[in-house]
Amino acid sequence: MSNSLDSYLVLSGLLFAIGTFGFLARRNAISMLMSIELMINAVNLTILAFGAFVPPLNGHAAVIALLVIAVAAAEATVGLAIVVAIYRNRKTPLVDEYDSMKD
Amino acid sequence: MTVLIPLIPLLPLAGFAITGLLGRGMGRESHQIAVWAVVASWLVAMVVAFGALAHVGIAAAGVDIKLWDWIPATGFHADFGFFVDPLTACLLIVVTTIGMLVHIYSIGYMAQDPGKWRFFAYLNLFMFSMLILVLADNFLLVFAGWELVGLCSYLLIGFWYPRRSAAEAAKKAFLVNRIGDMGFALGIMAIWTQLGTLNMQQVFAAFETVPHGWQMAIALLILCGAVGKSAQFPLHVWLPDAMEGPTPVSALIHAATMVNAGVYLVARCNPIFGAAPEVMVVVAAIGIFTAILAASIAFTQTDIKRVLAYSTLSQLGYMFASLGVGAWTAAIFHLMTHGFFKGLLFLDSGSVIHAVDGEQDMRKMGGLARKIPTTYATMLIGSVAIAGVPPLAGFFSKDEILGGAFKNGFLWVWAIGFVVAGMTAFYMFRLMGMTFWGESRVDPEKEPHIHESPTTMTRPLILLAIPAVFLGLLIGFPPESGLLHQWLQPVFEATIAASGRTEAAYNFFGIDGALAIGTTGLVAIAIVVAWRLFGVNMPALGLRAQPRPDRVRELSARPGLAFLYRGSSNKWWFDDLNNLLFVVWGGKLANAAFWFDRTVVDGAVNGIGTVTTGAGTMLRRVQTGRVQNYALGIALGLIAMAVGYILIAVR
Repeated sequence: MSNSLDSYLVLSGLLFAIGTFGFLARRNAISMLMSIELMINAVNLTILAFGAFVPPLNGHAAVIALLVIAVAAAEATVGLAIVVAIYRNRKTPLVDEYDSMKD
Repeated sequence: MTVLIPLIPLLPLAGFAITGLLGRGMGRESHQIAVWAVVASWLVAMVVAFGALAHVGIAAAGVDIKLWDWIPATGFHADFGFFVDPLTACLLIVVTTIGMLVHIYSIGYMAQDPGKWRFFAYLNLFMFSMLILVLADNFLLVFAGWELVGLCSYLLIGFWYPRRSAAEAAKKAFLVNRIGDMGFALGIMAIWTQLGTLNMQQVFAAFETVPHGWQMAIALLILCGAVGKSAQFPLHVWLPDAMEGPTPVSALIHAATMVNAGVYLVARCNPIFGAAPEVMVVVAAIGIFTAILAASIAFTQTDIKRVLAYSTLSQLGYMFASLGVGAWTAAIFHLMTHGFFKGLLFLDSGSVIHAVDGEQDMRKMGGLARKIPTTYATMLIGSVAIAGVPPLAGFFSKDEILGGAFKNGFLWVWAIGFVVAGMTAFYMFRLMGMTFWGESRVDPEKEPHIHESPTTMTRPLILLAIPAVFLGLLIGFPPESGLLHQWLQPVFEATIAASGRTEAAYNFFGIDGALAIGTTGLVAIAIVVAWRLFGVNMPALGLRAQPRPDRVRELSARPGLAFLYRGSSNKWWFDDLNNLLFVVWGGKLANAAFWFDRTVVDGAVNGIGTVTTGAGTMLRRVQTGRVQNYALGIALGLIAMAVGYILIAVR
């Protein structure tokens, strides 16, 4: 079981599920951003696992993972900036109170 | 000579423009420019008519002057041009002479009216339109004039538009005319499709090449237009109501000129009708039926102008009958004489109405002969002329029509026309008796104010009385070879030759003399009967009789006559029939259509709108504005895609 592709995939699936649940269930914007990071890392783990266990992908997976990390960093920056801006406006970090778009 | 022709319609147009634009500020003098414009137009028209009739500068076959390309579209072409030949000249004489006299008469008649400038502007516009109609060299331009005179008729009938009956009469005239005009328009289109030209002379020259079915269709459609404009059965209902307009208008438009347009059109299109002899019979039947129908209604009307209106219908019927039997020249002859004496009679009736302060009911007149002598004398002349007493104008023209009908083999037309001649004499002398003779029945309050009209009104009466007496002798004697026949011979000779009828020479000591004497005898009897019933008072001739209203009542109550009397006084219920057919049933149909439009057509359109709005209202609930609801949607979509992928991959 250990040191096989399946165990990595199960772990990353679990991580992704936790991230998804957190994104859907938590009301705090910061927690939601953290959940997104979790999902991104789960995806990254999948990529690296495939890179380690599938010989033709050996060299490529690390490059893709690095790219994903870069994009995740940018995403976190922008996301945090938005959250800070909304927080200054609304005086609350709870996303279910950000519902003025429906009108 | 040809340079002068465009001036004839142009002068009244200028008068219309100036009076219409500036007349409001001219006050009491607003008639000046309009009247002088028409007088000038009359002078020019007389010169042109002389040229056309004496063939000075204008050939016998006519002259066609093209002014400019009117509609130079690809595949369609119409010129703006005038055509003058002897027929045009005859119409020019009638239209401009009577038009001028009516303008002068109106100066007095409309003197007190605040809308005088408007009246004269409209009259000028009418003169322009009528002259365009008469002068036009192609069907499209005729149609333009045709519609313009209809418009002027509408404007002038409804001149006193605050009066509800006047406004409604104007609408009625306009709407009924539209029916005829639609036929005319279709006829013009049919001509275009068959011949590819609208120029009249080209159409007439090439008309033989058209298939016979189309020839009949074109003739019928043109007849339809003529029937509308000349108020023939079954479109005759508008003319009596048109008497709501001022009396000069009734004289000019609804007696002497515009209603003759139909007769002119049929006469002008004689090659078309000559090619469709079946339609000619229809023309004769419509004409003679209108003649007897209208004459019978004129028997019992009590409004002085309505009697004259029905008389006009009846005489126009004579003209149509004459056209139908192929007596073309006789129709134009009657058109000219009738224009003058009917114009005279209408202006006289206006003078009578003026004298008794607006009263039009003959039952409230009587004994006016001594008080308004000029009006009385001229109206007597007009009545004798229309009744057909020799040697006045009406005798010659009516005699030619009846003779033409008899000799061309239309015995039934002749028989009905013969009866109508007697009826005409009767109702005219009934009118004279009720208006001028016997005891005065005028409202005692108005009695002291009865006065003769001013000279601007009486002078045109005298001037019109002269042709009413002499015109027949002048252009119609000797019968069937007089001046008018020489003038119009080039216009009609081809059609008459094509019809295969040989014109029998007028034979006074034969059939023609017998017919003339028979008609005159009937007319004399009718006049005597009218005198016995409605009175006469002519001391100069030693004639004096009291009216017998008791005898009239007794006669009209007799069993057989009572029905006729009721029918006549109710105008044979044509107005009621039209009311039922078009106002009541037509109104129901319109209401049904309105309902259909409202519920079905609008319902469908509004329904689509309602469904869209409802769908939007429902779907907007999906958009909560909460980010996690959207995220849930994304997640569910992702799961659905994953499940779908797995299902496909497993299979």
